[in-house]
Amino acid sequence: MNVQGTAAPEARRRRNTLGRVSPTRLLLLSVAAGSAVLSLLWTLLTGFVEPRAALSFGALIAAGELARITLPGRREVAPIASAGALGYTFLLSVGGAAVSLPAWQVIAVVALGLAVGELPHMSVGRMPLWNDLARRLLLVLMVALPFRLLLHQLPHVAGNWWVVLCVMVGLVLAAWLVDSVVAATIRAEEWRTRLGVALADELRAQFAVGTAIGAIGILIALASAVAGLYSLLLFTAPLLVTQVAFRRYADIRRTYVQTVRSLSRVTEVGGYVETGHSRRVSRLAWAIGCELAMRESRLLELEYAALMHDIGQLSLREPISSGATVLISRREQRRIAELGAAIIRETGVLDGVAEIVRRQCEPCEGEEGESEGPPPLGSRIIKVANAYDDLVGDTADHDRVATAVQLLRDDSGREYDADVVEAAVRVLERSGAVR
Amino acid sequence: MYIGLVVLAVVTAIAVGPYTGIDPVTLALLAVLFVVAESISTMVDSGKAGISPSSSASLAAVVLVGPVGAAVAGLASCLVIRRQSVVKRLFNGAQFALAGYAAGHAFLLAGGETGVPVRADFPWVVLPFAAATLVHTLANTVLVGGLMLILGVLRVESPRRVRWRPFARLELSSLGYGALGLCIATIWGAVGPFAVLLVLLPLFIARWTFNQYIAEQRAHDATLATLCQAVETKDYYTRGHCVRVSEAASMIGRELGLPAERAHTLRYAGMLHDVGKLGVPTKVLQKPGKLTEEEFAAIQLHPMRGYEIVREIGFLDEALDGIMHHHERMDGRGYPAGLSGTGIPEFARIIAVADAFDCMTSTRSYRNARSIGEAVAELRNCSGTQFDPAMVNALITAVDRDGWDPPVAVDPPDEDIAEVAQQDHDDPSAPLRITGGTVSDERSGDGRS
Repeated sequence: MNVQGTAAPEARRRRNTLGRVSPTRLLLLSVAAGSAVLSLLWTLLTGFVEPRAALSFGALIAAGELARITLPGRREVAPIASAGALGYTFLLSVGGAAVSLPAWQVIAVVALGLAVGELPHMSVGRMPLWNDLARRLLLVLMVALPFRLLLHQLPHVAGNWWVVLCVMVGLVLAAWLVDSVVAATIRAEEWRTRLGVALADELRAQFAVGTAIGAIGILIALASAVAGLYSLLLFTAPLLVTQVAFRRYADIRRTYVQTVRSLSRVTEVGGYVETGHSRRVSRLAWAIGCELAMRESRLLELEYAALMHDIGQLSLREPISSGATVLISRREQRRIAELGAAIIRETGVLDGVAEIVRRQCEPCEGEEGESEGPPPLGSRIIKVANAYDDLVGDTADHDRVATAVQLLRDDSGREYDADVVEAAVRVLERSGAVR
Repeated sequence: MYIGLVVLAVVTAIAVGPYTGIDPVTLALLAVLFVVAESISTMVDSGKAGISPSSSASLAAVVLVGPVGAAVAGLASCLVIRRQSVVKRLFNGAQFALAGYAAGHAFLLAGGETGVPVRADFPWVVLPFAAATLVHTLANTVLVGGLMLILGVLRVESPRRVRWRPFARLELSSLGYGALGLCIATIWGAVGPFAVLLVLLPLFIARWTFNQYIAEQRAHDATLATLCQAVETKDYYTRGHCVRVSEAASMIGRELGLPAERAHTLRYAGMLHDVGKLGVPTKVLQKPGKLTEEEFAAIQLHPMRGYEIVREIGFLDEALDGIMHHHERMDGRGYPAGLSGTGIPEFARIIAVADAFDCMTSTRSYRNARSIGEAVAELRNCSGTQFDPAMVNALITAVDRDGWDPPVAVDPPDEDIAEVAQQDHDDPSAPLRITGGTVSDERSGDGRS
């Protein structure tokens, strides 16, 4: 049993297939690191303005970074740190006494705060997602430079709250958009999906947390003007509420995936399918889905469906020999698919997944003589991934891989969707399985 | 009658109260904002808890326009945009108004000054404000509690049985919302009503996220239950076993007073305790009569198999122990590790009792369901040797108080649909037999090899 060792190799393999270093990522990291170093140097040479404010905000940012969360889709956010950083960026006066912070000092304080908050994580070996960390700094850079420049050019604006408010909102929106584009570009390059799809995913995923961060950041800056630095204490309330809500949501989403992944193994433990079959199929299906530019919610459905595609076999009296569904009769395949779909539909929340599972064994043009039309893309992908894994299994034997690919290609157009087969071949080529 | 009294009190307060020093524009804006906040909050939320973001609007009103102003703004929430009966509207409005009025006086008494707070007020304005917040939640709780009492929804229980934890949590969250009220008041001077938007926006997002979390949690639970039941489809007679064990385990947990987080994990553990059964060949599970030693070893493996399957589910920590050791016995003759006494994890001791109880009260192919009384007697019988007496007592108390719905007797299944087990490894009254004697005899004979 290699149950113990499945997690690590899986992660490694996933990285091998997908984790290429994207040029945008390199650019992002160097810009962030460069600006952090430059701003620190500059601030060290010219000295700190308003050390008390710098210290308070720095502490808030560090605490926020310490409490960072990983949202679904491997997105790391630190709402408290980001909101604190925005608050510091927009700081115009503390308790009535006007302060004029140089943009470089803002960046230096934020960078220091992030670093301090990240240290405890790194000391226990929990490395941050570097691009997300860099983006947190970049966001501040994008807002601080124009904002401070603008104030410098038009000093009389600072008195008019309404104008300042509009400028703040506009800047936050613009910076958020640019930030999303950067994130989407990196994602598209690493996951091999289309930029438009990645951007839409990114905007959707970041909308709620981004709005909350922006609103609270502006709020902190405004309140500091009246109440001084006490406002930081006062504002821990909405910050904490938001943080807790996002953390819980992220936790349950992660748990959900883990549950489905784990329970999909019952078919293996029960001897219905080969060990690791469900996971290999879901990994391949997921990579094909990325290649075909499916959006994230669809990818998640696809992953669930792929993990559970054999669950109908639980209703069988005796396991099929080595679980290779590709080798049994069409009628039997359909029955298993329908039984599986019935189980999944029982949950009441996974109807999309059930539909994919139900139609997973139909030919790519749909069943003859039935009016349902072609099966959903997810079903067609699972059909290909499942057939490939049934034929190849967990070997890296190039001859077997080549034969399987040939078989799939021969049947594509009738049985298998030609686009899906070609996408699968591209994925396999990248992973080194096909030479 | 009660509602009438509350409304009357509010009307008097508003009619009497001095209006000097209240900025009418601010008051009108606050009233409008209050209505909007309340409407949106009911749209976002399913509306169960008594505390809503609108309480921060109410507390902002306390600071900005004083007790009478807060009462007026509170009463405006009668106009909230949602379908609701007139009486309920009246009561809600009056309740907010009265709470605002009381909080306003508390604020003034503690030394606060009505109006937009200025620099000099900080940080000491926080003290009267905290007093106002406390009074506000207190008044709300008392008013709603009174209504519940009169309607008979709530019974007065002895203080020992009341769980204080949820109250403390409610109080804390209301303090959080209250702090927001001060935020609104603080930046009111700078950006006016826009302050409310700025403050409530993140709050609504948090609530929306929270609701999503709850929906996702429900989906997760439903999926988990379904998948567990799918594992049981193999055996017609044990259908629903996992759900019922989960239920019985959480009854025991409640009786022991487990905190909410652990109780939740316990539910999952109960649900998942038998997933490993799938790793046992069907023909062994369903074999009539005595088992060979190899076959018995295969059955003994199922808690381990279950552990292997669910090991990677992150939140389960404690539940994993429960799944792995649910067939240990107090006297140390159980499997897989032969732990004894309190060396057995608490969850495992709970699940063992719940598991046996459900098994005995449901029908098996080789016998009919036993009555609850018989099952209880059998549990008592094995208490101390097989089961932890504390857990047995907890289950018995809980069943006595809340009752227990045994599964409806099932008809013998259609041969084509399902398989039928000839014995059940969970059944304490009919222990598995392996050739050469009972399980326990065999095990005590040749030691733990």
